[in-house]
Amino acid sequence: MTEVAIIGVGLHPFGRHGAKPALEMGTEAARAALADAGIEWSRVRTAFVGSHEVSNPDAIVGWLGLTGIPVRGAFNGCATGGTLLQLAAASVAHGEADVAMAIGMDKHPRGAFAADPSVAGLPAWYGQTGMFLTTHFFGTKINRYLAEHEISLESLGRIAAKNLGNGSLTPHAWRRKTRSVREILDSEVVNHPLTRYMYCGPNEGAAAVVVCRADLARELCAAPVYVRASELRSRRYGAFELQSPSLPLTPAPSPTVDASVAAYEAAGLGPEDVHVAQLQDTDAGSELIHMAENGFCADGEQEKWLADGMTELGGRLPVNTDGGLIANGEPIGASGLRQIYELVLQLRGHAGERQVSNPRVGYAHLYGAPGASAVTILSR
Amino acid sequence: MTTSVVVAQGLFTWPAEEPRLIASERDGVLSFPARAGEKQHLLGRTGRLWAFTTQRFRPPSPPYDGNDTDETFRPYAIGYVELPGELLVQARLTEADPAKLCIGQRMELRIVPYTVRDDGTEVLTYAFAPAEGDQL
Repeated sequence: MTEVAIIGVGLHPFGRHGAKPALEMGTEAARAALADAGIEWSRVRTAFVGSHEVSNPDAIVGWLGLTGIPVRGAFNGCATGGTLLQLAAASVAHGEADVAMAIGMDKHPRGAFAADPSVAGLPAWYGQTGMFLTTHFFGTKINRYLAEHEISLESLGRIAAKNLGNGSLTPHAWRRKTRSVREILDSEVVNHPLTRYMYCGPNEGAAAVVVCRADLARELCAAPVYVRASELRSRRYGAFELQSPSLPLTPAPSPTVDASVAAYEAAGLGPEDVHVAQLQDTDAGSELIHMAENGFCADGEQEKWLADGMTELGGRLPVNTDGGLIANGEPIGASGLRQIYELVLQLRGHAGERQVSNPRVGYAHLYGAPGASAVTILSR
Repeated sequence: MTTSVVVAQGLFTWPAEEPRLIASERDGVLSFPARAGEKQHLLGRTGRLWAFTTQRFRPPSPPYDGNDTDETFRPYAIGYVELPGELLVQARLTEADPAKLCIGQRMELRIVPYTVRDDGTEVLTYAFAPAEGDQL
């Protein structure tokens, strides 16, 4: 199959942007990615666009240019960015296009996500009685995980402090104020044991990526980054997932485990080969669990990893180098492509104050409702 | 006299001395809530707490229809109860203090009002309460 490379990345910073439409943010991110690649929109042969709040994200052609190319919308909740990149890479690998784009954008109201349970195929009572919420899933899962593997609350505090610290070094991050582990642990509890500063917040922003055939990339770009794997998996029967009024007694691994295993296999690499990782940190507990579900450590080893600073910028495996979701917030259509933006900067050596020492392989992981996970592996 | 209504029909047997959650079964696989077209299966009333958390902010309305405000909202706990040989069931818990809950403790089904409407009508749903003893 044709090798695929990333030749351009662009970001519209995540945050609060007043009345600015999501499509305008998506357009700016796309133009930034095109400028980074040194090409015009007219050179792009197909694009994949994703958003939760914009019902027709393909309307972005009205802003970027009406060139008549196929532009397809795709949505997989918090895993949307991974899906968009995967589809763009597949269109190049399969020969539909030699240059393709992935563009994600969103603009969420403040506060926890609210929806009618019918959108997830669940009965009305589940919402009426206060059970249709994403946040308490994360509290439930990490509360059991900490007890099962004897991990302290300090580990959660360390993750949030690290991500806010990385955010303080990232000029485009939304939250740039550092906070101590103590301050994070002492902030108000949202869903026991998770506190306010351990959570990300839904917000607004956009990100975009330009991919092309690898042979073309070497002509167009001084430092292409190669897509070694891009996999999406849905949940299996028995996986512990959001929005589950009941679950079978026999468990199954999270879709993260399945996507991760598939991605390592496709890339011909293992967790020990990864130099920098972006892991879905909806909350500090999610990042902690995802360290193990993505194969980087065994269940329970997180306590030592975090105490030893192994996921900090100078550590063995820096995780969420731009502050992740905790420092950037989550416009869900764009969040996965922000991870790719950060990995590409890191692999090029252009990540400024937060640059990791000479990384060659980067790993991006997404997870979200109703149980979908995307894993992308990139290399220089 | 207080009147009460159930939040949904077909969710639990009611009125009943010993109410049961209504699941369904097909080819040996249980589902809760019950699925249309499957055989009814009444779940056991006791189990062990498998995992839990607390809900400390008022959920967005809609869909939440508690007759409270951000100011009067009372935090509650939510968790999964393992019903032996059957399922893990997600439920509100009657105990909201995480210090008084622990994984593995014995829990029992209750039917409780989760809100009271302006006209005094209680709206009933299912919940699990910490139970005495250790035998399921």
